[in-house]
Amino acid sequence: MAGSVNMAGWEHYSHGADIGVRGFGRSAEEAFEQAATALTTVVADVSGVRQLETVEVHCEAPDLELLLVSWLNAIIYEMAVRNMLFSKYRVVLSGLSLTGTLVGESIDVERHQLAVEAKGATVTDLKVACNDEGRWLAQCIIDV
Amino acid sequence: MDLQSLTRKSDYEWWIERKGQMRVPGILYASKPLIEGMDEKVREQLANVATLPGIQRAAYAMPDAHWGYGFPIGGVAAFDPNEGGVISAGGVGFDISCGVRALHTTLTARQLESVKADLAEALFADVPAGVGSTGALSLREAEMDQMLCGGAQWAVARGYGNEEDLERIEEGGRASDARPEFVSREAKKRQAREMGTLGSGNHYLEVQRVAQIFDVVSAAAFGLRQDEVVVSIHCGSRGLGHQIGTDYLKSMVIHGYTPIPDRELACAPIFSELGQKYLGAMRAGINCALANRQIITHLVRGAFRGVIPGVQLTLLYDVSHNTCKIENHRVNSVSTDLFVHRKGATRSFGPGHPDLPPALRDIGQPVLIGGTMGTESYVLVGTGEGEQLAFSSACHGAGRSMSRTQASKHWHGRQLVDELREHGVLIRTRSYRGVAEEAPGAYKDVNAVAEAAEHAKLARRVACLVPLICVKG
Repeated sequence: MAGSVNMAGWEHYSHGADIGVRGFGRSAEEAFEQAATALTTVVADVSGVRQLETVEVHCEAPDLELLLVSWLNAIIYEMAVRNMLFSKYRVVLSGLSLTGTLVGESIDVERHQLAVEAKGATVTDLKVACNDEGRWLAQCIIDV
Repeated sequence: MDLQSLTRKSDYEWWIERKGQMRVPGILYASKPLIEGMDEKVREQLANVATLPGIQRAAYAMPDAHWGYGFPIGGVAAFDPNEGGVISAGGVGFDISCGVRALHTTLTARQLESVKADLAEALFADVPAGVGSTGALSLREAEMDQMLCGGAQWAVARGYGNEEDLERIEEGGRASDARPEFVSREAKKRQAREMGTLGSGNHYLEVQRVAQIFDVVSAAAFGLRQDEVVVSIHCGSRGLGHQIGTDYLKSMVIHGYTPIPDRELACAPIFSELGQKYLGAMRAGINCALANRQIITHLVRGAFRGVIPGVQLTLLYDVSHNTCKIENHRVNSVSTDLFVHRKGATRSFGPGHPDLPPALRDIGQPVLIGGTMGTESYVLVGTGEGEQLAFSSACHGAGRSMSRTQASKHWHGRQLVDELREHGVLIRTRSYRGVAEEAPGAYKDVNAVAEAAEHAKLARRVACLVPLICVKG
C-alpha cells in the first residue's frame, strides 16, 4: 500500500510479524507527516476519517531518529486514549523539539474499516535521512 | 536462513558458533525446513543477543522464531545479575505477558453443534474485541494500582472467577514485586477503559474441539478428553503493557546500555536504577495481563451460561509468552537465580518442578500453543530435558510466514470468513481487513512447529485442538 510517489508520499513495507511505515518529503517535517499517515493507514482506511477535531502534541528526543519514534508513539497514544483516528498531520520542528497537530474524529467502527491496533513505534529499521536529491525519508517498524 | 552459516548438532538443533563479540553460542531448535524458512534476521538477532553481558549458556530460538525487536520473536535468553546481567525491554516485547489460557468445558463438540451459532453471537457480544473496543470496567488510579499489584488474584477478589482458577495460572496469578509507581501516568490512562478487552491483531478467543490425543497419560492428567469442547483466550496487557514497553524502550535507548551498534538491543543492567524500575513496571504489566485474561474468562463463562445453562468452565492453565522472570537454574553445576527472557516463547517446566501446582507436578506444565483462525492449536507438556536444552522453554505459536502487507494483498476477509464457515469454523469479527491480515495461510504450519518442539525434546505433544468458533480481536 502506498500514497503519492512524488517527493511527498508514504508506503508500508514488509516485516515478518508486524509492519513498516515509511514517509517521504521535501523536508524532515513533511517526511514525518507522511510517516504519520502511513501509521494511521495501518490502523484504518484514512480516506474516510473526517477532520473534525484537532489535537496538539509536543515531543523531544536526543536525535532526529528517536524524535520520529516519539512522534509516532505520541500519535498512537492519542489514538488510544481519545479513541480517535487522524487523517491530517502538521509537523513543526525546532531543533530536536517537535510540535505536531493531529486532525481527525472519533472512531466509528462501522465506517472506518479498522484493521489492527498499533501497540508502539519501535527503533527497529529506524531511519531518518535525506538523499542527494533532497528527499527526506522517515521510517520504522510498528508493533501491531 | 542459510544452513551453511549454522553447525548441525542434530536434526532439530542448529548452532551459531561463538565468534566476535558473542559471549555464548546461538542455538536454534527446529527442523531443517523450518530453519530454511526463517528470516536471516533471526540468525543476526540471535548472534546479537549472545553478545549481551551476563548471558548464560546460549541465546536460544524456538521452532517458531521470526524477526523481532532486538531479540527474535521465539527467543529465550537468561542473564545472571551477578555477572553484569541485563534486562531488555525488547527482550520482553511491547505486549508484556501476552499469553494463552485454556478452559475446559463440560461439553462435547456434538452437544455444542445445535447452539454453536448462538454461542458465537453471545461471545462476540459479551467479549470486547478489536480496535477501539472498551471494557465495562473503568479503573480509577487507586484501583488501577491495586490491580497492577494483584493481577488475577485482584480480579478474583473482585468477583471475576474463583479461587480454584488461581492455582492454574503461573505464579498463582500474581507477579510479586510489581511497582505501579514506576508505570507512567500515560500507561495507566491508556489502560483505564481497556480492562477485559481482547485487543486486535493475532489476539483471539476460540472455542475448540479436542481433535487428537497424542499422549494419553498427560491428557488424562490435564483432564482433556477426545471431542471435548475447550476455550482458548489469547491476549495480553493491552494499552498499559504497550505504553510500558514504549516508555522503557526509549529510556533504555537514551540512558541504558547498548553493547553493539543496534538500538533495538538497548537494555539496562539488572542491578541498576533503570533496570529495577523496568522490572517493577514490567511485573505490573504482567499483573495487568493476568487480570485481563481473568476478567475475559468471567465474560466467557457468562456468555456460555446464557446459551447453555449449567455448563461449567474450569481453567486448564494460563501461560504467558512475553516475560522476564526470575528462575532457579543450574549453570555449570551451580544452582543460580537467573532472569529468563522469553519473547514469544512459553515456559515449559518439566515433571517435578516445585512451582507447578500439585495436580500437575508429576506430569509437567501444560504448554499452550496458539494457532490462528482455521488452523490447529496444541497443548504440549514440559519435559525433563527442557531445562538443560533451553531453560525449560518451548514455542508459543505458529509464527508468521508472510507479512501483513502481503497477506492483505493475497486474501479478502469476507471470502475467508465464508470459506471457514464452509469448514465448520464460525468467525466473528468487526474487521474483514484484520481477518485478511491474519489469514491462516500467512502463518507457518503450526503442526510442523509443534512436531519440531517435540522432536527437539523441548515439550511433548499432548493434544491437538481445532477451532469451532473464533472471535477475532
